[in-house]
Amino acid sequence: MSDIEKVSLWAIVNGKVHEDLIDPRLLLSDYLRNHLGLTGTHVGCEHGVCGACTILVDGASTRSCLMLAIQANGLEINTVESLGSPEHLNPLQKAFNEHHGLQCGFCTPGMLMTATEMLQKYPLKTDEEIRGLLSGNLCRCTGYQGIVDAVRECARMRDSGAITIKDISPRAEDSL
Amino acid sequence: MKPVPFNYLCAYSLEEALTHLRNSDDAKLIAGGQSLMPMLNFRVVQPSLLVDIGKLVELDFIKEDAGDIVIGALTRHNTVAQSDLVIDHLPIMHEALKHVAHLAVRNRGTIGGSLSHADPAAEYPMLSLLLEAIIICESVDGKREISANEFFIGSLSTVIADDEILTQIRFPKINANTGWAFEEFAQRDGDFALAAVGILVDKDSEGCITNLRVGMMGVGETALRLTSIEEDLNGQTYSDQLLDKAVANLSSLLLPNTDLHASEEYRLHLAGQLFKRTFKNAWNMASTKK
Repeated sequence: MSDIEKVSLWAIVNGKVHEDLIDPRLLLSDYLRNHLGLTGTHVGCEHGVCGACTILVDGASTRSCLMLAIQANGLEINTVESLGSPEHLNPLQKAFNEHHGLQCGFCTPGMLMTATEMLQKYPLKTDEEIRGLLSGNLCRCTGYQGIVDAVRECARMRDSGAITIKDISPRAEDSL
Repeated sequence: MKPVPFNYLCAYSLEEALTHLRNSDDAKLIAGGQSLMPMLNFRVVQPSLLVDIGKLVELDFIKEDAGDIVIGALTRHNTVAQSDLVIDHLPIMHEALKHVAHLAVRNRGTIGGSLSHADPAAEYPMLSLLLEAIIICESVDGKREISANEFFIGSLSTVIADDEILTQIRFPKINANTGWAFEEFAQRDGDFALAAVGILVDKDSEGCITNLRVGMMGVGETALRLTSIEEDLNGQTYSDQLLDKAVANLSSLLLPNTDLHASEEYRLHLAGQLFKRTFKNAWNMASTKK
């Protein structure tokens, strides 16, 4: 270990600048949870299969267990903490709540972050499209129907103008 | 899970990355990391140095050049999937990319990474064989062009030298009259294929099969081009019996393995069924275009 040089990381996480000296091998998921205390990002399989650790990197959904923290140098990270707060759920979180899109909640942060990118970038006109885009996130409780219902409802609200992209997009920590 | 300790260097130019590789004994390259990171996490790979080429934007491009479509090694799966050049000139690649992993992996994974990783059940290696791509690798000494059929030497194994970087891939365009089809079967949407088949075929003026190309994946040590089937069927008149005869030969050409996902027999059967379905679809398209 002694000949390993630490590397300096500068990243914007949930709207706030973080600078750290870290081990190169540190996974982004572990950095978020253990260094920044952002335990909303859940760690499941740690090899890119379950999707629980999905976050947004420069707006694109990414598995944080398949990225080194240092690879996020200079980039913008958003975790589930940047969606809503327990007192003020965002419309996507509310829809998950209303449609029983979760039971144990383990997969939920990853589902929400994947769905956030989906709602920002994709038409989501059919359930087939919604299911295809969600297929990288595993849920062992719900049977997925409630999750699909929640995403579909948000897509309809987005299309009808009942909610805006801003309403379902990450916010800076201070504005929550 | 934690990878073994390693040093890390981020390259901001191709020259810089190539120099790091030349000066190290066991450096590994990382770009999108979607194949390497699981191997690091499981400690299957234990490099002393990781060279990050993820910021080399010069390798992130799709362009038309001398009648070919050239794709930079750092181009992400999602970018290729949405490219109009690919839709227009390599439609079978556009179709096959629908089966590549999941949204988050497609956002990060790169074409160069997939080819270098050389998983026998991944789409890009098979597409490079089927489309007769030229793979370009560079070292501090210069460039070399490798044809796809000489590139893969085994499961997860290629001819890339330790000090080389795969920088771009040249794909000849598919002829507008060519029929094509791609069929894949995986247990879940986006999982690795149990088997997949890609076919390009033309119909000649006599109505016979010509210029046939057959690629398969998930059923051998590497992705495969089935040249003996191509030779057998070229010049023949299409019939169901002809396809059945070709399928009967598959057992001597494929090397499917048994694992917890499927048995050898199942994979062989699947490859045969997918072959027939894919061939029919490609042939129908060639007939319509004729």
